Amino acid sequence: MNLLTVSGSPHIHEDNSVKKVMYGVVYALIPAMLVSVYFFGFDAVRVLLISVAACLLFEWLIQKYLIKGPATINDGSALITGILLAFNVPSNLPIWIIIVGAFVAIGIAKMSFGGLGKNPFNPALVGRVFLLISFPVQMTSWPVPKPLFSSVVTDAITGPTPLGILKDGLRDGEKISDIMTQIPSYLQQLVGDIGGSLGEVSAIALLIGGLYLLLRKIITWQIPVAYLGSVIIFTGILWLANPEQFVNPLFHLITGGLMLGVFFMATDMVSSPMSSKGQIIFGLGCGIITVVIRIWGAYPEGVSFAILIMNALTPLLNNSFKPKRFGEIVKIDHK
Amino acid sequence: MKTFELGGVHPAENKISENKAIEVLPIPKQVQIPVAQNLGAPSVPIVNKGDEVKVGQLIAKGEAFISSNVHSSVSGKVLKIDNVNDQSGYKKPAIFINVAGDEWEENIDRSDTLIKDITASKDEIIKKVHKLGIVGLGGAAFPSHVKLMVPKGKKAEALIINGVECEPYLTADHRVMLEKADELLVGTKILMKALGVEKGFIGIENNKPDAIEHLSKLSKEYKGIEVYPLKVKYPQGGEKQLIKALTNREVPSGKLPIEVGCVVQNVGTALAVYEAVQKNKPLFERVVTITGKAVKNPSNFLVRIGTPISELIEASGGTPDKTSKIVGGGPMMGKALVTPDAPIVKGSSGVLLFDEKESKRVEEKACIRCAGCIKVCPMGLEPVLISQLTKLEMYEEAEKNNIMDCIECGSCQYTCPSGKPLLDYIRLGKFKVGQIIRNRGKK
Ligand code: SF4
Ligand code: SF4
Repeated sequence: MNLLTVSGSPHIHEDNSVKKVMYGVVYALIPAMLVSVYFFGFDAVRVLLISVAACLLFEWLIQKYLIKGPATINDGSALITGILLAFNVPSNLPIWIIIVGAFVAIGIAKMSFGGLGKNPFNPALVGRVFLLISFPVQMTSWPVPKPLFSSVVTDAITGPTPLGILKDGLRDGEKISDIMTQIPSYLQQLVGDIGGSLGEVSAIALLIGGLYLLLRKIITWQIPVAYLGSVIIFTGILWLANPEQFVNPLFHLITGGLMLGVFFMATDMVSSPMSSKGQIIFGLGCGIITVVIRIWGAYPEGVSFAILIMNALTPLLNNSFKPKRFGEIVKIDHK
Repeated sequence: MKTFELGGVHPAENKISENKAIEVLPIPKQVQIPVAQNLGAPSVPIVNKGDEVKVGQLIAKGEAFISSNVHSSVSGKVLKIDNVNDQSGYKKPAIFINVAGDEWEENIDRSDTLIKDITASKDEIIKKVHKLGIVGLGGAAFPSHVKLMVPKGKKAEALIINGVECEPYLTADHRVMLEKADELLVGTKILMKALGVEKGFIGIENNKPDAIEHLSKLSKEYKGIEVYPLKVKYPQGGEKQLIKALTNREVPSGKLPIEVGCVVQNVGTALAVYEAVQKNKPLFERVVTITGKAVKNPSNFLVRIGTPISELIEASGGTPDKTSKIVGGGPMMGKALVTPDAPIVKGSSGVLLFDEKESKRVEEKACIRCAGCIKVCPMGLEPVLISQLTKLEMYEEAEKNNIMDCIECGSCQYTCPSGKPLLDYIRLGKFKVGQIIRNRGKK
C-alpha cells in the first residue's frame, strides 16, 4: 500500500470555496449589468471592461511584484471590485479617471492591507469616494439614459439624478410636490430609466441579484433587512411629519445607490461584522447615516459614506457583539 | 420535528452500508488488545506471557474510579505484552494473544433467548457494568458505570439513548437498532433502573425511518421508553446537542449532562449493558462499519476487540487501488490511521477508506471573513477567532472566548470556503489552555 495520508479531522469538506462564493456574487451582479448596458449602451460596456481590466491588472501586478505571493486574480474578488467600481461611476467617465479609481480601490484600499480578506474598507467604495472628491465634476455629470436601439441620436446629454434634483429643489425652497414633477416616474426609476451611475439605476435588477445572494446563502438577511428597514422607518417618520418637506420612503428606496449599497456593498463579508447581532447594528447604522446625509448633508447621496463609516466600526462591533454561546444562559424547561 | 438550534451542517450522508445486515467477522489468528481503551486511567494487565486465556476472561484490571476492565476477546495463549500503534498513531501497550479455538468462559450465556426480566438490583447493575468492562461505544469510550453513579446533590430525571449516528458513512448503530432492538430496549430499561429514572428517550435521526418505526413499535411494551425522530443535522449525536434537541435543556458551559438531569448512552452501549447484565457477557466484541466509495463490500461486522483493522479491510473485498487514507471512526471526528494494522478497540465505530482525491484537503486561501464557521458552530463559538488566537499564542484570550467549550465536531473546518485548518489550531489551543487551567489549580 502507498503511504497513508494522516491529517486531523474533519476528513470531508463542503463543496465550497472562495472562488464559488466570489463568482456567486458576480452572477448576482449580471441582471444589473444587463440593465446598465441596455440603458447606457456601449458606454456602459466600455466602463465595465476598463474598470475590470484595470482592477485585475493591479491585483496581478501587486500580488506578483510587491506581495510576491501566489496569483490571486482568479479568485473572483478583484473581478467583483472591478464591476462594483464601474457600477458606481457615470457611464461617460474618462478612461484615465476609471483607471485611477481602480488603482485606489485595488492598490490602496485592498492590497496595501495585505490583499483579500484583510481590507477594513470595501475597496470599490474607497475608489468611488476618492474619485467623487477628486473629480467632482466628472463624477456627477450623469448621462441621461439612451437605451440601445432607441432613435435618439444626440450624444452626451447629461442631467442630474433624482436625488440631485431633490436636493437642489429643496435648497431653493421648492415644495416636494413641485419637485416631483421634474423627476422620472417611479416605474422609470424601478427599471432604471433614470440618470445615475452605471449599476445603481435599476432597483429591480439589484433586488433580483440580492435575492439570489440570499437564496445561495452567500449573504444573510440581517444587514439588508436592518439597512432597508431603518431607511424606511426613518424617512417614513419624517415624511409623515411633513410630506411637503420630506420625500416619501419609496423614493428613497429606489433612487440613488441604496439597493446597490444594501445588497452588494454593505454585505461585503470582508468589511462587515460577523455575528448576527453585529450585522443588525451595522445595517441600522448604515441606514441612519445614509438618511442623515441625504437629507441634511452636503451631498445628495450618502450610501457610500455611510457604509465606509460603518466599515470603520466593524472591528468594534465584532468585539462587542459575540454570537449566542451554547449553555450560556441556563434555560431549564421542566416538562 | 425536533433538532438542536445553534449551528450545524449537512454533510452528504453516504450511508452506503445501511442495508447490510451484521455479519460475524471470522476470528483472526492473533489479536492485540490495547490495555487502555477508555477515557480515564489505563488498566493494568493481570496476565503474563504464556498464560492460556478464554473468551471473556479478565486480562487487565481498571483500579481507579474512572477506568475499566479489559477482557480477552479470544481463547488462546498470551504471546507477549508489547507496544502497538493504536488508532491515534501513538505506541500503546497491548496484550498479544495467539488464537486457539473459541472457548468461552462457562458463565457466559451464549443463547439467543431474550431475557426481559431484570432481576439485578440497582447496585448489582452498576457493579456488573463496571466489572464487565462496559464503556461508551459511541467513540469517546467513557466508562459507563461512572455515568450511572449520580453525584450527590444531583438528580437524574431522564436517560437518553443516542441512536442519532450523525456521522456520515457509519451504519453500525443503525444495524444494531434494526437487528438487536429488543436487547437494546431491555438494556435501556436496565440503565433506567440503575439511574432510578422513569423516562427513557431514544433519539434517532429521520434518515433511518426503518429503525424509528421498528423501535417505536417494540417500545410500546417497555414502559417509559419513547422514541423520537429527529431532523437530520450534524452534530446531533453530540451529548449536549442531543439533550437540547430532545428536552430543550442546555447543559451549561463546562458542566456535565447530569446538571440538567440527563444521562446519555449510545445504542451500542445499551446493547452491551443488556449482554453484561442479563447474559454475563463482558464487552469483547462490537459492531463496526467498514465502508468507502471504492470498497467492494461495504459491511457491518461483529468484530472481536483487538482484531487488526487490516482483517476488516480484507473481509470487505481488500484495499481498493488508490486508497490513501484510512479513517478510524466517522469522517467528521475520526482519526486518520498511521497503519492498517491498528487494532479495533471498544470505541471503534467504523473504518473508512478514502482514495487520493478524497484524502486531500482543499487548498488553503485567505480568510474572507464570511462568518460561515461562526454560523455552523453548534457551541456558538467563533472558530475563526479562537483558531487565530491560538496561532498568535494568545491562550488567555482564547479561553475568554470559550475555546474549552469546543466539542471538536469539525463543522467549522468542514464549511470554511478558504479551507482553513480551523480545528487543527483549536485542538492545539484547547490543549494549551487545558494546561494553563491545570497549572492554575496547582497554585
Ligand atoms: S469544532 Fe469546535 S469550534 Fe468548530 S464548529 Fe465544532 S464546536 Fe465549533
Ligand atoms: S469560514 Fe473560513 S473564511 Fe469564513 S470566516 Fe470562518 S475562517 Fe474565515
